[in-house]
Amino acid sequence: MSELHPVVIGAGPAGLACAKALLEAGLRPVVLEENPRPGGQGTRRLSPLMTPEAERLFGHAQAGATARREAEEDRVLAACDWRPGSLVWGIFDNRLAILRDGRHDSLPYDRLLIATGATDRIMAFPGWTLPGVFSLGAAQVALKQHAAFIGSRVVLAGASPLLYLAAAQYLRMGVRHLTIVDAASRAQKRRAAAGMAMTGLSTLIEGLRLLRELRRPDVRRIDGADLVRAIGGERLEAVEIRHASGRTETLACDALAFGHGLRPETQLAELAGARFSFHPQLRNWFPIIDADGRAGQRLWLAGDGAMTGGREAAAYSGRLAALSMLADRAGAASPVTREARALRRRARRLRRFQVHSAGAFPWPHEQAAAMPDDTIICRCERVTAGEIRKAVSSTAGPVEINRVKAITRCGMGRCQARFCGPTLQELTAAASGRPVESVGRLRAQAPLRPIPVGSADEEARA
Amino acid sequence: MTQSFDAVIVGGGLFGAFTGLFLTRMGKRVALVERGHVGAQSSGANFGKLRLQGRAIEQYPLSLAAQSHWENFESLTGEGCEYDRTGMIYLASSPDGRQKLLKYAQNSLACGLEVEVVEGEALRRKMPWLAAQDGMIASCSTRCAVANPRLGTPAVVRAMLRGGGVLFDNAEVTRIAHGSNGFTLSGPTLDTVSAPVLVNAAGAWAAAICAQFGEEVPLIAAGPPQFVTEPLPYTLRPSLYTIEGDLLLRQIPRGNFIFAGYPRTLANADGEHTLVPPQKTLAGMRSVARKLPFLRHAEVIRVWSGVEGYLPDMLPVLGPSQTTPGLFHAFGGSGGGFQIAPAVGENLAYQICGRPPPVDLTRYSIGRFSSNLVVSEKMTSEFDPSGYDRRC
Ligand SMILES: Cc1cc2nc3c(=O)[nH]c(=O)nc-3n(C[C@H](O)[C@H](O)[C@H](O)COP(=O)(O)OP(=O)(O)OC[C@H]3O[C@@H](n4cnc5c(N)ncnc54)[C@H](O)[C@@H]3O)c2cc1C
Repeated sequence: MSELHPVVIGAGPAGLACAKALLEAGLRPVVLEENPRPGGQGTRRLSPLMTPEAERLFGHAQAGATARREAEEDRVLAACDWRPGSLVWGIFDNRLAILRDGRHDSLPYDRLLIATGATDRIMAFPGWTLPGVFSLGAAQVALKQHAAFIGSRVVLAGASPLLYLAAAQYLRMGVRHLTIVDAASRAQKRRAAAGMAMTGLSTLIEGLRLLRELRRPDVRRIDGADLVRAIGGERLEAVEIRHASGRTETLACDALAFGHGLRPETQLAELAGARFSFHPQLRNWFPIIDADGRAGQRLWLAGDGAMTGGREAAAYSGRLAALSMLADRAGAASPVTREARALRRRARRLRRFQVHSAGAFPWPHEQAAAMPDDTIICRCERVTAGEIRKAVSSTAGPVEINRVKAITRCGMGRCQARFCGPTLQELTAAASGRPVESVGRLRAQAPLRPIPVGSADEEARA
Repeated sequence: MTQSFDAVIVGGGLFGAFTGLFLTRMGKRVALVERGHVGAQSSGANFGKLRLQGRAIEQYPLSLAAQSHWENFESLTGEGCEYDRTGMIYLASSPDGRQKLLKYAQNSLACGLEVEVVEGEALRRKMPWLAAQDGMIASCSTRCAVANPRLGTPAVVRAMLRGGGVLFDNAEVTRIAHGSNGFTLSGPTLDTVSAPVLVNAAGAWAAAICAQFGEEVPLIAAGPPQFVTEPLPYTLRPSLYTIEGDLLLRQIPRGNFIFAGYPRTLANADGEHTLVPPQKTLAGMRSVARKLPFLRHAEVIRVWSGVEGYLPDMLPVLGPSQTTPGLFHAFGGSGGGFQIAPAVGENLAYQICGRPPPVDLTRYSIGRFSSNLVVSEKMTSEFDPSGYDRRC
């Protein structure tokens, strides 16, 4: 039987670097991407409306670099079997279930790279479901893809590298009233800086440059303060925060974006057979990969979907995974070239940077225990913290997270726990008095995204 | 330290839980031992239908007895489980299906279950939302119901605990010793428990216990695919089943449509999971789209299945072992165990206490596999081709 083309899922930096390396080796990979355009999340392409604003948004030097990178990506994709707008919604028996342009397709694979990136990791808090509250990533999507601000008086809050990036971009595009509420104190950030400098000096410098840019009289920055609640009737009117001193303050605003770092998008990896282990510093589950990103006989993972690392680490790990796939094709266990060794070293270093930066962007797990009972945790199914606590503490009740989901419906809705999962994990741990790694991990289930019933009826479509 | 009981039950599914509840109510000291969490397997993953239609005459005594318990679930256990007497519409489109449906309707009437048969214009008027084809026929019963399977088993277990029963969960039984003073069970996370009576309620995993006591059972582990849509306005109260098996559907009051379809899929080799092949998801969606056009634009948000034990005649094994005094079996729900579970528990408890059970359990005896067994036609029509041959 002839060999199948390698398949890459995700056209962000990791997937694109992998595709490029496969092309260089004379292969023609299939590249599947849910979005209509390549780019991924962090390096999301600007909508036509925003393109003329690229210099303003990114600054002169970076705008030029971005344009060159995108032209290069287009060249790579033109040589691939490029299938944008493809939703991979299931994986079974070494075949991908794909929905594209309203049609279902099934694609077999011999070697598969999954590079599905990461999304905001958020801790629920009272009022977070009010219209006007966004994640930090969504605030950036609004700007880049829809050429819109999330509001005119904007509060950006939490602890995330996206916090200052989003703030700078909003400011450059002319937002007037901007408040930054950083959950980490200055001392926390200083302590983390040493490790960050050692593992990713350039990224750290980039961050410091952002901080300087944001030091302006019209930008208010508050350090070491937590979100208490979002206030509003029909929509957001203000947020209440608690300063490090314990004092609370109400900030009037019409939009809030918040986030607490990133969480990997791992459902597809799991459906493809990846196993998981708990990372104590990042306090989250990650797929188990070898040094080259291999996660199974036919499976490779790269980018933030494998291990948080940022854009550069994603590109290195994508290319490295390609080299590993090629070595595997040639019957070798792993690539032994100098390039492969250098890529391994660089990817590892950048991922260590993320572990150090976890100190500067702490995940506020302790908030779960203090969260009021009426806080909505699962916005799809409207499940509250109180309902979860009650289920966990009932006799013969669940102390395993998939059981909590089954009993309370938390995480059963449209988003399949991608947003409420991290909070549910901490809440289950806090309510049962057990370490978070011992309450288990939410299992992934197909379909990855909601799919319309009628899409399966070919006759009616014809 | 060995803890002694009057009866030890292996398996915290609904069969084990109800057996435990009725035994404690009869004054027995009971240990319920569950490998993982109670009600996390078949009993928690199922479709939740409490269906009385579509049964062979012989199954009615047990099913009707069980339905009365479901109707009184709250007073029986002290908790609710979203029991809802929604009624059920049983539907046939093929000539073959029509014959079967009429036969089943006769069975129902003969056993005291009221059903109303409609077709033609009457059917169209009654179910305007259905893409009705010529020749379609339906039988409707109001006593069929549904309940939330995820809530059922924990509620029954809590009632058993309040009655003095003891639960060992996260406790797999890996060793069973049998001697003159009964059964002694242990496992890596289970301290020794012993009792003169052992109940094998280990679901799809029950065959191993049977084998230890010299009883072979042709048990197959499989599960039907289940799908759920996003919530939509609540419009369809009765559950809907086609006799051809291409559609089982109900809507829950919060709005989601849950549907299922045959054929069933064999469990993974590890015996722990049944994964749903995407082709089955699409097949299920297709038949919903064709029969219920108003759902074309609804979106499916989740798919699952479970690990259920099936026997070739699609009947459970209930009652005493044929080789070992003190050993009782209650497994092999064969796709309908949720509905009958309360009566399974009650009748088994009678037997264990040496009293004649209200329902004669003879036909469910494990002994039936030593003689010539009638294989249900469902074995070929409701499973993946070769599924049955592959396992037996
Ligand atoms: C997807 C699906 C849909 C269904 N839909 C319906 C429906 O709509 N209506 C209906 O009536 N029926 C339905 N059924 C069938 C019904 O769910 C089952 O028949 C019933 O729940 C069986 O209960 P049980 O207690 O025998 O098995 P289970 O619930 O599987 O319980 C067996 C328990 O034994 C435990 N166990 C096994 N080995 C050991 C060991 N060595 N030590 C300790 N514990 C052990 C297991 O962990 C498990 O918890 C469906 C089944 C499935 C899978």
